[in-house]
Amino acid sequence: MNDLVAAADNASGKTLDLVLAQSARRFPDKTALVVGSARLSYAELDRAANGLAQGLRDLGVKAGDRVAVCLDNGVEGVVGYFAALKAGATVMMVNNSTKGDKLKSLLDDAEASALVISGTKAATMPVIKTAASVRALVLVGGGPEHDVSAHGAGWNVGHYEALSAAGTTDAPARLHSEDDVAMLLYTSGSTGKPKGVMLLHHGMVSVVGQINDYLHTRHDDVVLQVLPLSFGYGLTQLLTCFDVGATLVLERSFAFPQVTWKKLAAEKVTCFSMVPTIATILAQADLSAHDFSSLRLLTNAGAALPTELLRVIAEKLPWVSIYPMYGQTECVRASYLPPTEIHTRPASVGKGIPGQDHWLIDEDGNTLPPGSTGQLVVRGPHIMGGYWKMPEVTARKVQPGRHPHERILFTGDLFSMDQDGWLTFVSRMDDIIKTRGEKVSPKEVENVLYAAEGVAEAGVVGVPDPILGHSVCAFVAPKPGVSLDPKAVQRHCAAQLEDFAVPKTVIILDELPKTPNAKIDKQALRDLAVAR
Amino acid sequence: MTETDIKAQLTQFIVDNFMLARSVDVAATPSFLEAGIIDSTGVLELVQFIEDTFSLSVADEEMLPDNLDSLANLARFIQQKTAQA
Repeated sequence: MNDLVAAADNASGKTLDLVLAQSARRFPDKTALVVGSARLSYAELDRAANGLAQGLRDLGVKAGDRVAVCLDNGVEGVVGYFAALKAGATVMMVNNSTKGDKLKSLLDDAEASALVISGTKAATMPVIKTAASVRALVLVGGGPEHDVSAHGAGWNVGHYEALSAAGTTDAPARLHSEDDVAMLLYTSGSTGKPKGVMLLHHGMVSVVGQINDYLHTRHDDVVLQVLPLSFGYGLTQLLTCFDVGATLVLERSFAFPQVTWKKLAAEKVTCFSMVPTIATILAQADLSAHDFSSLRLLTNAGAALPTELLRVIAEKLPWVSIYPMYGQTECVRASYLPPTEIHTRPASVGKGIPGQDHWLIDEDGNTLPPGSTGQLVVRGPHIMGGYWKMPEVTARKVQPGRHPHERILFTGDLFSMDQDGWLTFVSRMDDIIKTRGEKVSPKEVENVLYAAEGVAEAGVVGVPDPILGHSVCAFVAPKPGVSLDPKAVQRHCAAQLEDFAVPKTVIILDELPKTPNAKIDKQALRDLAVAR
Repeated sequence: MTETDIKAQLTQFIVDNFMLARSVDVAATPSFLEAGIIDSTGVLELVQFIEDTFSLSVADEEMLPDNLDSLANLARFIQQKTAQA
């Protein structure tokens, strides 16, 4: 019976909100989500999301609107995500460490009509009241001091607790289709202006199915997630897990690895997803003190997994299937290395995911034969619809595919492909820094630095770091007669950038090194940073 | 070293390194993690600082919120460790 339902559920036309609704039908009493001591069944979670979805509609959200959710990992974030989808809106997950000015600029750019945020946080960010497009505000845990009167006129304010508690088994009537934009995920661009990646319902449903296919995810799996829901890879865990009716154990962060390992043992976790920063800590951990026997699957994405880490982890956990993977926000996932191959070709990320085609091209766009190195190009239904309100940038990155539901993505990443088709990541083609799996635009950090008082020149580079992958290193030169304090420069950055984008190191120089055509010499800066 | 000295040094480190944009009372924060002051790499930096400053070694199994997640917990943990040494 369940198989018949499943087959019908996966018929064409499925939208992303049904990932939760269908599992709630199939496994109503099964634990869907564990956060701290809270445990919610699929039916409970679905009802809460239906309630908040209706609440968003009542507050004025229409199908096709953008709804921003700015919360840390928790029940409310998961409910907020599905509620926005169920309301027919495009959901925009925003990193919880985003500062007021940046949040406002994202809301403005997306022309978001609603924001779901913690009441305490909203109270510390008066600037969000100036976001012109926002009409509805849903406060999580908002007390009386965050009442309607505290916010600007014209805002409809709702409270998460009341709205989610009013939910029934019925979702609002669906007004969206598989061709609509399900998610807007902002990602760092080399120009410094964040780009909103538009992911479509059908593309997301497709890639979630393909990932579960190659990972052999099952409804009796227990997935442990420490990555933020605002991060594409974190969100993908949630979706793949719920699509098969498995249990998601969601942790706020990976700050205390010992706590994570205890949770892993206590919840008998079977799947755990890593970025290289987490893999580094796992490789160093004394695992004899913890019970990892339930674990069957480890995945890595966000940045390439160093082969030495892969070797050490495989040696420590020989019964676990390890999947090094590759993807980007623009296509979610593009390749994975089957666990049977990790000893023979540990640097490779595989031969692509099911249901896609891919090839390498040279600088002139010519297709390269196996044995070459070039830009990876991917064709499939999972490619983004484009960048929000950026038709020219989109045209350089995405082209129509062979079929109506497909597109072609120029990844901007260089790969080598051997004679048998195995892909190995070589480098990015731009200067984006990958730090703990998150993308940081040097340009965006430099723009913030140039706005600091007394700064004449600024250059930002990524420096190899054993834990972070790369760390953000800023070089600044003061204006004549000014003396700069590195800590003050960091404080200035921290007031405007997400935590992961704040330079770990600030180095003050009298003048920054230049290339012959008078541009700041990034390579010289990298050499200087490494030499220190 | 007195508890006051330990707390002063810790507060200075936390303010300098983790609270760049925030004005929060470190001593009154019940959980650095929940307050968003410290993240996973922050904990590692904090441990490094404790090891260097107070000449002690923090074992993997001691890296717990009970020992590290508030100023009071940190001061108690450091006093216990230095008393053992």
